[in-house]
Amino acid sequence: MSTGAIIVAVCSMTLLWGGFAICLRIAMKPENK
Amino acid sequence: MSKEENRGQWGSRSGFILAAIGSAIGLGNIWRFPYVAASNGGGAFLIPYLVALFTAGIPLLILEFAMGHKIRSSAPGVFAKLNKKYEAIGWFQTLIAFFITTYYVVIIAWSFSYMFFAFTGAWGADPKAFLFGEYLNLTDNPLNLGGLNLKVAVPLLLVWGINYGVLRMGVKNGLEKANKIFMPLLIVALLVIVVRGVTLPGAMDGLDYFFSPDFSKLSDPNVWLAAYGQIFFSLSICFAIMYAYASYLPKKSDIVNNAFMTGLGNCSFSLISGIGVFSILGFMAHQQGVSVADVSSAGVGLAFIVFPTAINQLPGMNGLIGAIFFITLIFAGLSSSMSIMEAVVAAIADKFKLTRTQALNRFAIASGALSLLVATDGGLYVLDIVDYATNQYGIVIAGILELVVLGWLFNLESVRTYVNELSDFAIGKWWIYAIKGTSFLLVLILALKIKGEIAAPYEGYSWDALGVYGLGVMMIITLGSFIMSKKKASDEFHDAIYKETLGNELKIED
Repeated sequence: MSTGAIIVAVCSMTLLWGGFAICLRIAMKPENK
Repeated sequence: MSKEENRGQWGSRSGFILAAIGSAIGLGNIWRFPYVAASNGGGAFLIPYLVALFTAGIPLLILEFAMGHKIRSSAPGVFAKLNKKYEAIGWFQTLIAFFITTYYVVIIAWSFSYMFFAFTGAWGADPKAFLFGEYLNLTDNPLNLGGLNLKVAVPLLLVWGINYGVLRMGVKNGLEKANKIFMPLLIVALLVIVVRGVTLPGAMDGLDYFFSPDFSKLSDPNVWLAAYGQIFFSLSICFAIMYAYASYLPKKSDIVNNAFMTGLGNCSFSLISGIGVFSILGFMAHQQGVSVADVSSAGVGLAFIVFPTAINQLPGMNGLIGAIFFITLIFAGLSSSMSIMEAVVAAIADKFKLTRTQALNRFAIASGALSLLVATDGGLYVLDIVDYATNQYGIVIAGILELVVLGWLFNLESVRTYVNELSDFAIGKWWIYAIKGTSFLLVLILALKIKGEIAAPYEGYSWDALGVYGLGVMMIITLGSFIMSKKKASDEFHDAIYKETLGNELKIED
């Protein structure tokens, strides 16, 4: 894989899965349950 | 029993989120997104894709969640509550869902057949000839439907049975429990495909093709339209589903964070499925000594021709990996099909005050009978044209109508206040601009689509075939939506919806 492809893969995965994880964490807070 | 309990209610927040993500994740995430991304700039496509997610996809999810939650009714009820004249828009969306059901279940039925074929190797050395010949027995033209194809009709009965069983059990015991089983299994099955895919020779070439950014494509407006189109069609928005799902939320429920999780969860899944698909396409290209672009395809061709060809070439466990691939299609398909059906069942039950089972029976008889047309020898043509008409035109028109009413005639600031009052975190004024902006984009997408159609009819079909299955279905949907909106409603619907209309803003104290 080219460097550009690796950077795109890592950044997009981080953004989407990371974003989902952050939202999930907010939802799991006791005051939001 | 309270009003909410009568209609059904999600048992938990996780149940709702899983069901909403399950609805959004469908066959398109596996067989459409990877191809659209790769052919529109590869990695660079992810930039407009993410922009579209945050400026159109999630804002529309928030809007539909908010209206369904506040009005506690399916799409026709939501629009009728604003003004009785708008009820037809809700039925227009509902009837689109009705027609999508008729062919969507058939694709899941094919996937069931292919899951077994993967073990027996029934498709042999030429999966294309097998699909169109031995399996579908495809006729020579779209207006010749031939007879009922039992190889499709038998698994179709199974698919209807599963959907019927789940919907009959209700929101909490049916939809919620089914999604809590299907979604984890879907993720596990996809991960097996990804792990197998990336460990094959040539996989990295496939991933390179999928992710390598061609930034020059970002200046092409068509790439941006493709990104907005992909987001729009992928999130189950504008065809009645999310109103019905949100109407089953308890009164004190988050809206904004749920919409973010649904959107991000759907797109995260798409990305993973892109890795699975392109690693296997990379392997296939490697085996055949051709470029990845030569084997790259989408839709029915990818799932039922290209993948079986790739499965034939796997170094081992061909049957198992093949079956797991079709299991991902089955789970992704079922979690979506039950949501599409729920949108219709809820609409019928709400307006005519029928029990869930009564509404489901009426719907299943009508839609089940129509789905048999798609299970004929010429059914693939019907499927292709109806899918094209309902998705490329129906949902876009439904989206434009929805955004004219809710985005321009309704007070969006009151919706923003309402969701911010309820949600884990607040949205700013950007949300209002995003909704209004998306309405212009949809008009642009529709205009370009019509222009392209006049220049070259879809897939070279005759105007007769496009007229009967495409325009014909769209006319039935349009006429049907007016007829349904004029039908006499139950006293309960009359009192809850028509009697006290909402006007043009949401009030929190109600």
